[in-house]
Order: sequence, then C-alpha cells, then structure tokens
Amino acid sequence: MKPDMPGWKDIPRGGLILEAGNAFQYRTGDWRSRRPVWQKDRCKQCLLCWIFCPDGAVKVEEGRVVGFDYDHCKGCGICATECPPAASAIEMVPESEFAK
Amino acid sequence: MSVPADVPEVKRMAVTGNEAVALAMKQIEPDVVAAYPITPQTDIVQYFSSFVADGLVQTEFIRVESEHSAMSAVVGAAASGVRAMTATSANGLALMWEVLYIAASTRLPIVMPVVNRALSGPINIHCDHSDSMGARDSGWIQLYSENAQEAYDNIIQAVRIAEHPDVLLPVMVCLDGFIISHALENIEALSDATVRRFIGEWVPAASLLDVDRPITVGPLDLYDYYFEHKRQQAEAMMRAGKVIEEVAEEFAAISGRHYGFLEEYRMDDAAIAVIVLGSTAGTAKVAVDSLRKSGIKAGLIKLRTFRPFPAGELRRALAGVKAVAIMDRADSFSAMGGPVFAEVRSALYEADHRPPCFNFIYGLGGRDVGLEDIIEVYTYLQQAEEDPEGLVTVHYLGVRE
Repeated sequence: MKPDMPGWKDIPRGGLILEAGNAFQYRTGDWRSRRPVWQKDRCKQCLLCWIFCPDGAVKVEEGRVVGFDYDHCKGCGICATECPPAASAIEMVPESEFAK
Repeated sequence: MSVPADVPEVKRMAVTGNEAVALAMKQIEPDVVAAYPITPQTDIVQYFSSFVADGLVQTEFIRVESEHSAMSAVVGAAASGVRAMTATSANGLALMWEVLYIAASTRLPIVMPVVNRALSGPINIHCDHSDSMGARDSGWIQLYSENAQEAYDNIIQAVRIAEHPDVLLPVMVCLDGFIISHALENIEALSDATVRRFIGEWVPAASLLDVDRPITVGPLDLYDYYFEHKRQQAEAMMRAGKVIEEVAEEFAAISGRHYGFLEEYRMDDAAIAVIVLGSTAGTAKVAVDSLRKSGIKAGLIKLRTFRPFPAGELRRALAGVKAVAIMDRADSFSAMGGPVFAEVRSALYEADHRPPCFNFIYGLGGRDVGLEDIIEVYTYLQQAEEDPEGLVTVHYLGVRE
C-alpha cells in the first residue's frame, strides 16, 4: 500500500470505478511467477501467441510480434504452449532468474 | 384480493398486511420487481404480479428460480439506476445471504419487505425474527412494523430513506408473518398521486446503462481499498438516522402519522419498562394500560429502527426507569441472550443511570404471546425493582419446562 493513497472520503462510493478502460492501470504483471522470453530469431511470425494471449500482452507492430507487455502479462504460459514446436520461440523462465 | 385498482384520494380500507404492502409497492411502481414465492410473503408478489398482468403498473416483473437470483436480479437492476424491489421471508432471506451484503456494500437503494418467519430448522412457517435478526449485520437498514398500517407507511418512507444521497443503503421493512401479513386490518391508504409526489423521481449519480459515462460496478477490491469502502458504508449507516427523522417528518405532513426511531408508550413517569419490536407491541400496550389501572407505573418502548440502532434515544427514554425487560423474538445462541438485548444493554453502558436489564426470549416459531405473558414480564420487573437479589438475566418466556 502506497502512503499517498486517497482516504475513504475521497474515493467513489461502494467500489464504483467511474473511469472506463482502467484495467490498463492495473499492473497485473506483478502476479507473474514465470516470464515468457521471446527469441526473435526463432519466431516465424505466425501470430498464434498474439491470438491466444488472454490479456493482450503480446506486443504487435505492423503485423509483427515485437515482444511482451510485462506490465500486464500474468505469466500464464499459453503463448509458449501455442507457439508451434518447429519454432519454440517462447521460453517460460522463472522470475527468480531475473531477480539475481 | 381487496386492493383497489386505483386510489384517487385518501382511503380507509380493510386489507391484510400483505395486501397493504402490495398496495404500497403498486403506488411506488418500481421499475423492476424480481421475486420468488415463500410463505408467508407469497401474497405480496402474487398480488404484485397480477398488477403487472392487468397493466396497472409498468414494472418489469422478473420470474426467477430462487431468492439468490431474485436478489441478484434486483442488484443488477438497481446498479443500472432504476428502482428495484423484491420481498421474502425466512429461508428465502437466508438464500439471498451473500447478495444482501453485495447490495449494501455496492450502496444500492433497494427496498425489500421481509415478512418475518422462523428460520429452519426445525422447519416452521410461523412468525419469529430469526430471519431478519440474522441479517442484522448485512448492512441493510431495518425498520420493524407493529401492524399493517405501519408496514404500508414504512415501505413508502423506505424508498426515500434508501435513495437519500447521504445514505444510499438498502432497506428491509419487517412485518410479522401471519400476525400482520395475513390478518385483516383497517388501514388508511394515501392517494396514488400523494405517494408518487412523496417518493419523487429517482435520479442515480451513476448508471451501468449510461454508455456515455461507462462505469464498473462491483470490481475486485483488495486490502488497499476494501477497508475504505467499508468505512464509507459505516458512515452511511451513521448518517441514516438523521435522514430517517427528516423523512418521517415529511411523511407526517402528508399522512398525519408520526414515526421516530422508537415509540414511547406511557413512558413519562414509568418505573418499569419493556422494549419490544413488531406486532407484540400491540399486545404490550394493552398490558401497560391494564397495569396502569392497578397503579403500576409500567411503560413500553417499541423499536422501529433496529439498524441503525437508536442508542442515544434509548438512553434518553430509559433515563428514569428502574428496571427494563428486553423482549427478543429470536435467540442469537450467544449463551448471553438475544440480539435486541445485547444491543440495548450495550447502549446503556454509556448511560449515567444503568437500570438492571432482563431478557425475555419469546414467541419462537410462532408460539403465541398473550396478555398474561406480557403481564408476567412486568411482574418480574416489579420484583427486580423491589429486590434485585437472585434474579435471572435471560428468560425463555412461554416455553414448556
């Protein structure tokens, strides 16, 4: 909990969220225990990872995968499972590996 | 059914409590009613559904498969910004349980008649307060009614209380099963136009159906915000008292009938007092009159609001009293008395003068309570006033030993 969060008198009543599109502000990447790591040179650009990602966390620019949105990727691993075996361009790596 | 199709002017009529409530609902004409039948509430929604079928109201009537769904549908409707009502009893209320809390914490101004019936088990269809007393901490305002007139009046006032911007909490209007719900009484109904004017238009601050201002209702609310929302809810209940008084004052102006948090009956010089809620108050008033004739300074306090609990008013009303009996039509199985007793005794802790308090649990599962039972309670209080030694705090009145 951050020290400057608003008090009970200053927040919308009853848990209402009055701002649309607010899910973007929720950094669900905090939940992740395994991180998908994309290997650009192995990727065939089939976009299956982008289709199957339940969270829109696969970043695509001009029709091509360019990486992951780690602020919102929850680390479910569906992208790594769906990536065709011939490519195997996505590896799930424990977050602990990055904390070192 | 003796509910007229329209009430153009103030009208005296003989109706059952359930008919009186159905009439109030018809005059309120909520946008949505979702309900499931359960004895002894069934007639309310049965009558109301016939008003819908006959085109007397424009209400959307949702036939649901359970009370859990009824309350869920009403929550959804209320979140969309319309007036929504349902009605239930006993196990129906129990099946609504989790959604009761959601309605209150989402701050939805839903009004629900609760026709008090003993909660199973053992299974029983008759009156006691175990159903609504069990829901006393769900965050709903609770108003209790002594008779059909009060049930009718409370329903109409409940709309205004619930929708007040300082409150925005759901309201249960409780009436005793069969004793009020099915007995025929004379009531004075307000005209349709008077009720419509009194309740006015409901303009919610936010609506799920407002596509220009999309909102989220009921999101996940964890350790960083949940507590703040609960604090808001507590504040709303604290503010509700003032609103209940203001609405009662306005209601008196249109009806001539005055309501407060509690009704004091012959309390001015009372030495001993009984506190009761619901229909038993009627019997207790007759008992007080009879004791007064014998020179006994007996008084009665009838609680109308149980949530919020009128602690200050009770302390004031009991200031000169030497002994108090609190009657509970439900047990809380705390091994120290019923729910009303616990609240009253807690309220008196801050009083300058703390009279001895006794609890009489009575009428469970519809066990009749007569004049002689109430006299017995006052007789016990007289004994307490004279010689308080060796008295028992919690009693079960009218149970076979």
